[in-house]
Amino acid sequence: MGSHPDIISTVEFNYSGDLLATGDKGGRVVIFQREQENKGRPHSRGEYNVYSTFQSHEPEFDYLKSLEIEEKINKIRWLPQQNAAHFLLSTNDKTIKLWKISERDKRAEGYNLKDEDGRLRDPFRITALRVPILKPMDLMVEASPRRIFANAHTYHINSISVNSDHETYLSADDLRINLWHLEITDRSFNIVDIKPVNMEELTEVITAAEFHPHQCNVFVYSSSKGTIRLCDMRSSALCDRHAKFFEEPEDPSSRSFFSEIISSISDVKFSHSGRYMMTRDYLSVKVWDLNMESRPVETHQVHEYLRSKLCSLYENDCIFDKFECCWSGSDSAIMTGSYNNFFRMFDRNTRRDVTLEASRENSKPRASLKPRKVCTGGKRKKDEISVDSLDFNKKILHTAWHPAENIIAVAATNNLYIFQDKLN
Amino acid sequence: MGTMFARGLKRKSAEDGEDVEGGLAGTQATPSYSLQRQSLLDMSLVKLQLCHMLVEPNLCRSVLIANTVRQIQEEMTQDGTWRVLAPQAAGRAPLDRLVSTEILCRSVREQEGERPAADVGDGRTPGLVPGLSAVPSAQALRSPQSSLWEVDSSRENRGGFQKSLDQIFETLESKTPGSVEELFSDVDSSYYDLDAVLTGMVGSTQSGHGSGLQAFTAVATPPPGSSCRSDLGELDHAVEILVET
Repeated sequence: MGSHPDIISTVEFNYSGDLLATGDKGGRVVIFQREQENKGRPHSRGEYNVYSTFQSHEPEFDYLKSLEIEEKINKIRWLPQQNAAHFLLSTNDKTIKLWKISERDKRAEGYNLKDEDGRLRDPFRITALRVPILKPMDLMVEASPRRIFANAHTYHINSISVNSDHETYLSADDLRINLWHLEITDRSFNIVDIKPVNMEELTEVITAAEFHPHQCNVFVYSSSKGTIRLCDMRSSALCDRHAKFFEEPEDPSSRSFFSEIISSISDVKFSHSGRYMMTRDYLSVKVWDLNMESRPVETHQVHEYLRSKLCSLYENDCIFDKFECCWSGSDSAIMTGSYNNFFRMFDRNTRRDVTLEASRENSKPRASLKPRKVCTGGKRKKDEISVDSLDFNKKILHTAWHPAENIIAVAATNNLYIFQDKLN
Repeated sequence: MGTMFARGLKRKSAEDGEDVEGGLAGTQATPSYSLQRQSLLDMSLVKLQLCHMLVEPNLCRSVLIANTVRQIQEEMTQDGTWRVLAPQAAGRAPLDRLVSTEILCRSVREQEGERPAADVGDGRTPGLVPGLSAVPSAQALRSPQSSLWEVDSSRENRGGFQKSLDQIFETLESKTPGSVEELFSDVDSSYYDLDAVLTGMVGSTQSGHGSGLQAFTAVATPPPGSSCRSDLGELDHAVEILVET
């Protein structure tokens, strides 16, 4: 890997929203912390500043297969906070790590056996005992790896998800899903395996997986054929048989050689309520009611104007881009990215949607974002951009929404944008 | 990469197709459509072969491309069959409603009679050989059930597949040696070593790495004088030994 190590590959708020973690292609994790309200600097409230930076994964070489293992961070998931320290899981293609991020703002002084600079004191010179005292120091944030969960995935890990029991989590690769206990690194339980006996018969892979936010026995996984399976771990140890199967029947009038590719689901997310789930395929976002398997209850078009360009997008590989999606804290809105540094937000109540752009040229700090519009044909109005002018190198694959407030984080290649509602 | 190919080639109506003689079977597989389809097939095959070998290729992408290739092959098989049987007007739904997709600009130019050695430019798009004849008949194609991942399918069945691959390599071969090397410059040369082949095959839980090798096995014995293809011929031979065909 030589080029562009700063490309952001994952973005995730923690449970309170005070911390925002990003992972990049170079294996680094950068954590931002929200500034507390400060009367001296009234505008600083809500600003996110760098809190901690550490190298999570390094490139490795698999000698057996003669292939490199990328250090790119595919996903970060926070654990719920239980004490002063923060914990998160970060994963590359093969290895998941549990990191502890803790603050240190005091240090002990006045040791008996060693000097202030750490050198051991000559025992014969110690004539009296003293109690070390804690003195304040500049805040230091330390990240240390507490667990390394390795050697459980033959294929590339695409998802990790922490269970609502806060003790277990799942990791999913192209063909298998494993269940881990956070304390145990030397074994995991395989709960889904779709690898055919004969690899020549492989036609479908797992693309994403997530635990239900409240029911600790339920998880879903999506596939490259546009299906979602909901599994209940109580029914059997190996969840090869799903409890529910979600698939929308194909529209025969729009069938093409690209139909399957664009139906491949790149992300699946449960709503905070746990009653719905959302899936992202190449051209749309769909909201599903968990009680209805036959079709989604909502379909939102992200960039339908690309449908006539699928052959070119296949040629330049853009058709394989994996866009993520996310819910607002109240589940009333959903957001996903597109090309040209555009991202889309859909209000589920008002049925209104908006296209916004994440770029330095178009937004100054504290200025409102101007809605953008793509011209699909005919006369191009002023301020509209035509489909052929879109920059397909500028893709917004990763976005995150604060769990409680209207603050969003948008990753545009190697830049992170944080936008918030002015009403706050 | 900014601008997209804006040219599109509209699929001719079914009426025009009826005038085609000696081409693809029947009224609905018009020459322009079959050319589009062939170019898509060629592009897909090249995509499967040009997977970056330094890092394990993306299995999802490989599976989706392979499924696309299979779909095209199935349809071409059906067309071939349809040529033999009496035309069935009813029930041939899918071709009618195929969404018109863009055709590669280069392929259109070649159709109009330019030199076959098309400019491969960024090394990604396959040049098409003009006068690419209609799809081989059904017998020459692999059965629809056969999969791209197979190693031991008999050579006859791979006729159509092989023909497409041969044409891709012919086109590549006609370029200056420099550009061919450039095409494969980011492929580790150890890929062509027997060791790498064995390594790739032994790990039976292979993903894209294995599929890339297996795609190469369809290549026929290469003509002398082409170092690239002679390596692939050795690969083919090595794989044959491994699977004892």
